Amino acid sequence: MDSTPAPLLRTPLYDWHVSHGGRMVDFAGWSLPVQYTSIIDEHLATRAAVGLIDICHMGRLRFEGPGAAVFLAELLTRRVADMELNQIRYSLVTNDAGGILDDVLVGYYHNAYGQPFYVVVVNACNRRKIVEWTLAHLPPERACRPGDEVLFSDVTPLWAMFAVQGPRSVELLQPLVDVDLQSMRYYRGAQVRILHPAAERQGGIISRTGYTGEDGFELSLGADIAPGVWQAILDFGKPLGVVPTGLGCRDTLRLEAGMPLYGHELTEQIDPFQAGLGSACHLTGYDFPGRDALVELKKQPRRAVRVGLELVGRRVAREGSPILADGRQVGTVTSGTFSPTLQVPIAMGYVAPAFAQIGTELQIDIRGRGEPARVARLPFYSSQQNEKGT
Amino acid sequence: MRQPEKLLYSKTHEWVDVATAGGAKVATVGLSAFALEALTDLVYIDLPQPGREVTAGEPFGEVESVKAVSDMYSPVGGEVVESNAAIADKLEQLSQDPYEAGWLVKIRISDESGLAMLLDYAAYKKQCEEEAH
Repeated sequence: MDSTPAPLLRTPLYDWHVSHGGRMVDFAGWSLPVQYTSIIDEHLATRAAVGLIDICHMGRLRFEGPGAAVFLAELLTRRVADMELNQIRYSLVTNDAGGILDDVLVGYYHNAYGQPFYVVVVNACNRRKIVEWTLAHLPPERACRPGDEVLFSDVTPLWAMFAVQGPRSVELLQPLVDVDLQSMRYYRGAQVRILHPAAERQGGIISRTGYTGEDGFELSLGADIAPGVWQAILDFGKPLGVVPTGLGCRDTLRLEAGMPLYGHELTEQIDPFQAGLGSACHLTGYDFPGRDALVELKKQPRRAVRVGLELVGRRVAREGSPILADGRQVGTVTSGTFSPTLQVPIAMGYVAPAFAQIGTELQIDIRGRGEPARVARLPFYSSQQNEKGT
Repeated sequence: MRQPEKLLYSKTHEWVDVATAGGAKVATVGLSAFALEALTDLVYIDLPQPGREVTAGEPFGEVESVKAVSDMYSPVGGEVVESNAAIADKLEQLSQDPYEAGWLVKIRISDESGLAMLLDYAAYKKQCEEEAH
């Protein structure tokens, strides 16, 4: 294989992954397991019981200080200033032309001294870009404006992050934290004590969020205690059927859930309306980069829109496959896989609006052969427990 | 029983078992256990119909896993005389028993020049160990 030595970043769980058969791959510059056993088995275990996954590669940016709320409101497409304590919102970051720079989760918390802070979780592949974008909008005179200070830090290397996803997530995590998880709403979080000796009396942040379409939580905790808590979750969860899972099933799970992935469904060339994410843009409040462009784009007809596609045969459409109607290209596939839950190939892509109706019969050119496909409602799969996100 | 140690292998992970039947040389071709272990999560296989001509070094079919699709390359030139079409509906057998139940095609050899390029078990094993790093 390629012998060019690229120094991949390692999460605090790296040694654990390697010693437990994780097939390590380069993901956005991080060495992470694509799978331990089988993507399909790990996928189905998450849907049926609960899966644990290392997401320490996700970028975590922390904003605090009296000016943080307004600064973020002027950076993100979504309102921030009206967020309730412990609330989380899905937002975009757009460039001046309204193209998508990243999709993020922003959470609002108080520290131990009652001072507010925000955590913005960004995609690993965009972390550097968003840090630079943030700094470009936060010159020293803005950061240090008296009474309106903004303290910005990239805390990614200091904090580990795990996702615990699946219908048995509450049962699994409840004994390990000091807040009631059952009553925690979707897109809410809390600062917790981690009730296990491995946590060395440290705390963390837990939120009812995820990227699988399943009930579940994401847990942020100190990188130093991460391996011990990881093992504790696996030990506690053994009777519940917990399995460690890799990035392979994270992709198949999010695809079934109809969730876009940056670099595939979302790029700087795509605007939020095409992506079906208009509801993540609040155009009448604070002025953020791209707002004026988005106001214009919203009025214009879309060139292409994001759709779900279900294939009739067994061959899998992959990123880049042309989407055809009567032999003419009307779109392109952005992600595709075999759905372990539905047992058919599924895909997402962009098509001209005339072909975006649910049920429209199309073909996908898979390596030179046209395969019949049908526009399908997104998400392909949704669990009963999951309320609609906010 | 086919013994993996006695088979020949292509660099692209097909195994080959050459036998003489009715005066003609026939190559039985499958995928190595190493390749199947690397693929995992098979979802689809496309095999040629009997009667199709295949060329040494050219694809004769494709095998698809959740992650990716791969071409399978013919180690010899000739005509497909039989293909294991039933395996498409029981892909788990392919992974469990790659050298018997998991055979894929039988090719009546018309061009055997490709055979000289094949690796013996020891050389193939060495290649796999290098790839695993």
